[in-house]
Amino acid sequence: MLNAIETHELRKVYTSPAPKPMRGAPPSANGDPRGPGGGDVVALDSLELAVHEGEFFGMIGPNGAGKTTTIGILTTRVRPTAGNATVAGADVRTNAVEVRQRIGVVPQRPNPDRSLNALENLVFHAAYFGIPKKVATERAHELLQKLEIASKAEAKVDEMSGGQQQRLMIARALIHEPQILFLDEPTVGLDPSARQSLWAILRDLHAQGRTIVMTTHYMEEADRLSDRIALIDRGKLLALDTPAALKARTPDGSLETFFMSLAGHKLD
Amino acid sequence: MNERTTYRVAPAKVFLALLSRDARVTRRELPFFLIRTLMQPLMFIIVFGSLLPKMGFMGAQYKAVLLPGILGVSLALSAIQSVALPMTMDFGWTNEIEDRLLAPIPIPLIAIEKVVVGTIQGLIAGLCVLPIARLIMGPIPGLTLAHLGETVFIALLGSATFSAIGLFMGTAIKPQQIGFMFSLIIAPMLFFGCAYYPWKGLDVVPALKYAVLINPLVYVAEGLRGVLNPSSPHMNLGVVVAVLTAMLIVVGWLGVRSFLKRAVK
Repeated sequence: MLNAIETHELRKVYTSPAPKPMRGAPPSANGDPRGPGGGDVVALDSLELAVHEGEFFGMIGPNGAGKTTTIGILTTRVRPTAGNATVAGADVRTNAVEVRQRIGVVPQRPNPDRSLNALENLVFHAAYFGIPKKVATERAHELLQKLEIASKAEAKVDEMSGGQQQRLMIARALIHEPQILFLDEPTVGLDPSARQSLWAILRDLHAQGRTIVMTTHYMEEADRLSDRIALIDRGKLLALDTPAALKARTPDGSLETFFMSLAGHKLD
Repeated sequence: MNERTTYRVAPAKVFLALLSRDARVTRRELPFFLIRTLMQPLMFIIVFGSLLPKMGFMGAQYKAVLLPGILGVSLALSAIQSVALPMTMDFGWTNEIEDRLLAPIPIPLIAIEKVVVGTIQGLIAGLCVLPIARLIMGPIPGLTLAHLGETVFIALLGSATFSAIGLFMGTAIKPQQIGFMFSLIIAPMLFFGCAYYPWKGLDVVPALKYAVLINPLVYVAEGLRGVLNPSSPHMNLGVVVAVLTAMLIVVGWLGVRSFLKRAVK
């Protein structure tokens, strides 16, 4: 099977605190990620991953585990300290432009272009990928329809709810038909029904054969959607397998228990 | 959907798409942008270029000194602000530049595109101020548009330099401090920029005359004086062009480096 993504000995050390503050909880219940350099934070420590083409790949870990850093490196927005990674056959360090050409990214927090309306957000983003305006406009309307925000096409971004903005981010990530879709905790802050409908959209995208990499700290979400799940804690890969195989490794068949047995602390 | 075309794109085409995005946003915000950046120069034109000469406190000759300076101030303010202010927003809480940072183009070109947009906005501001100033000030002794090409060239070089300064300020200064830094840097820059008096006039304070040479506005104001009113005292145009070019290269490099630091962690 071909690999859409490969990482080797991927390491990231932030010399100042990590860019995304860890929400809520202190860094870790039983270990300080701060290295010997005082202010240095080891976000990733020799991470080895291989994501297959067409796979729905879930990454689970507590806040500060290194999930966002991993997505950051794979989407060329964070420079690795050591090791290497290829995405759709292109090296993230030496061929970042090529990587960006082939990926779509849904960020943790919606970050639409606030100077543009919803439709313009999509059409301009498509233009950055060389898509002619006519094709882009058609695709944009189609996506807005599919994501059930067609009525907001001409709306200013500020007039859209959090869930609607998140859908707009998904549309933006898809408008240039990327080979690989990255989603960083896409359901954080969504209500249960918005979450369910996002799951349906993701299942549909997966069924079309797209490679999807999604981080989450909801076990249930990863369990329901993923072909395989990587459990990550303190920048290290703890386990990687299908949800069923991971659950089979504990007597109570729960991913939470399995994570706890490996990491020595709870997921949240 | 997965069977549809994936378009390949050259960086030049992405660059044009980024420009067209900024053109759309600028067009929409142009009146607000002009009011924001031109209010102060216009007030100066009214008071120092019209009222005081009418009251007899200033000679008509002063208008010839003031007009090129005001032009320099206008393009400096608009070029800096049109880059620095959006930049602090873009990299701030909303992080909305993300969609452009994900575009298939080398990241330094995204920074350079911002400088190009700032340069154009600086030129637009200058273009608006010149006729308004002439209208309010009335006839200006010695003013000529005979060297229009040179005038546009100096304005372009000055706008680009200030736009690069905007890129550096917008990316290197924390958003919480941008207001404070603007007051700290912009006010001295305007008043010690030889915009409201010729550089030669500083012969009376030699120390200041050489201290102000660090200020890019000095070269823009003096350069514009040289092309718009060649008979008035002004700095050598070769020096003006050489120093502005050097400043553009240095500040541009610093600005792109600072942008990269913010864009890729």
